[in-house]
Amino acid sequence: MSGWSKMDGRAVALAQANVDTDQLIPARFMSQPRSEGYGAFLLQDARADDEGHVLNRHSDVQVLVSRRNFGSGSSREAAVYALVDFGIRAVFAPSFGDIFASNAVNNGLLPARLSEDQIEELIAALGPGEATASIDLEMGAAVIAGREVRFDLDPVWQQKLVNGWDDIDLTAQYDDATKKFRADRMAAYPWAMPAS
Amino acid sequence: MSVPLTLLDRLWDAHEILRRDDGTSLLWVDRHLVHEGSHHAFAKLASRGMPVAEPELTFAVVDHYAPTRAGEVAPDIRRMIRTLGENARAQGIRLFDLKDPGQGIVHVIGPEQGLTLPGLLINCGDSHTSTHGAFGALAFGVGATEVAHILATQTIWQRKPKALRMVFDGTLAAGVTAKDMALHWISKLGTGGAQGHAIEYAGAAVEALSMEGRLTLCNLSIEGGARFGMVAPDEVTFDYLKDRPFAPKGAEWQAALEDWRGLRSDEGASFDREAQFDAGEIAPTVTWGTMPEEALPITEVVPDAARETLEYMALEPGLPLSEVAVDQVFIGSCTNGRIEDLRMAAKVLKGRKAKVPGLVSPGSTQIKKQAEDEGLARIFTEAGLEWAGAGCSMCVGMNGDLVESGKRCASSTNRNFKGRQGRGARTHLMSPAMVAAAAVKGHLADVRPLLEGRT
Ligand code: SF4
Repeated sequence: MSGWSKMDGRAVALAQANVDTDQLIPARFMSQPRSEGYGAFLLQDARADDEGHVLNRHSDVQVLVSRRNFGSGSSREAAVYALVDFGIRAVFAPSFGDIFASNAVNNGLLPARLSEDQIEELIAALGPGEATASIDLEMGAAVIAGREVRFDLDPVWQQKLVNGWDDIDLTAQYDDATKKFRADRMAAYPWAMPAS
Repeated sequence: MSVPLTLLDRLWDAHEILRRDDGTSLLWVDRHLVHEGSHHAFAKLASRGMPVAEPELTFAVVDHYAPTRAGEVAPDIRRMIRTLGENARAQGIRLFDLKDPGQGIVHVIGPEQGLTLPGLLINCGDSHTSTHGAFGALAFGVGATEVAHILATQTIWQRKPKALRMVFDGTLAAGVTAKDMALHWISKLGTGGAQGHAIEYAGAAVEALSMEGRLTLCNLSIEGGARFGMVAPDEVTFDYLKDRPFAPKGAEWQAALEDWRGLRSDEGASFDREAQFDAGEIAPTVTWGTMPEEALPITEVVPDAARETLEYMALEPGLPLSEVAVDQVFIGSCTNGRIEDLRMAAKVLKGRKAKVPGLVSPGSTQIKKQAEDEGLARIFTEAGLEWAGAGCSMCVGMNGDLVESGKRCASSTNRNFKGRQGRGARTHLMSPAMVAAAAVKGHLADVRPLLEGRT
């Protein structure tokens, strides 16, 4: 995965709280291979039920602004694939499901936290339409619909996003420590191995 | 004198290989459970040409797509199950496939097989992995990229969560269960209320729970936003585990017991947060909306809430919850598909008829057999419900067990999200006993009078 530090694009408001992962991608699509892309599955049911859904009216969108608890629910990383394959690079919300947020970072998608007030201000500014957005990951700052905001992001996640780091490569440098830990653990707690 | 530690501290320290300057820990994983949905992770590993690092610590389970009823199996469901089998066999991973007598839902068979033990770190690419914390294990759900990382390295990077102690004092009233405790606290703290925290459940009402009840409580931690839920192990835990197939035996069992007895929070340990509830005040609870936090005692009425939610659920504010008519019922899932759950539901259904159709899917093939031996299966079928095979079934509908659009289902599962049980499906979460009561009455109903034989 390649990293990124700055982007310019378009933002819309998904003015809803608790956009859970079952909504982001309904379970019936999860047996599909990723090669075809998951973008068409994003919020499928909501979009099919409502012609005027914001993502039906605006398809060239890179930034979502949404309400609290975005991505709550299941650990399905497919919810992130659907967003990323649709073209989304960043979601701004007051809070995120824990597992969703780490899945997002592992796929180059920024889960940026703002206060409830800031989010409400952005949602009001965006209304039902779209507006330009630019994000500076290293500064932790963004301009959305002309409003400047500073967002909250775990510094480790910021580094991962900027560098596009893959954890498997990172972990390889700690191979010796892991091997030693394993040997010590097996010796001290033999019961921790599955009996059979 | 040493600083008093929490159970979380103890479990974390025991698995921390190292901590980077930025505060992220590299943790050793004792058990890694994978299921059909792990195909993305296996594909990732294959694309890098890497083998599974510790196949003996990895276990594969067919559950999400497991067919639970006779009939044609759709090609993509067959493919999902076949792919898991191929990956498991290629990597030398023990597979619990459809024909295995140990098959079942991953969070049910982990404990049942003795794979889940106190003091272990357990990961699975499923958010309800918090379930296993009921044994005093550090158990949490991860996404596909993390599953691939664990497959490749048997380790996981994680920031230590904050510690939240949730105390339930007092005693649960008759007809009130661990499910009601969970729906109760989530309705008070909110769906995101415990985000960033590991919950340690404590207090007299938690200690009094059976292993099944503790599993239900820990299972639902994630519905309040907590990736981790746990209970300090005690004699109830040890009795449950003794002689399970993968549990330690002989001298190792003795050594394990000694270690496990120390797995608790010290007197005076400090928690980042505390929450306290009186178990005696909890009533049978049902959800009315599309988030687990949208729950109320069955004696209440539909509240005045977001129009969109009420429209989806087809409910009017002010309607007594006990007058909400249901179209069908479902008993099962990793939340409430264990033997005790089936016993409770059967107790309500015994000698009664269900007014609406319904499906009962035991959490594992072993539970299925046990329920048949105990005569529970007959009670269900004589009441008019369908007795199905073991799997995730109607909890998520991936195997085709779906609730039709516009239908209302009383369900013992864990998520009432829009579309969770099928597109347009309306889900009400509650305990298995309450689901049985809804089946008997044809509408949401208080199980307590039924248990007392008053109606
Ligand atoms: S029963 Fe439901 S919640 Fe549990 S693992 Fe299966 S799909 Fe997930």
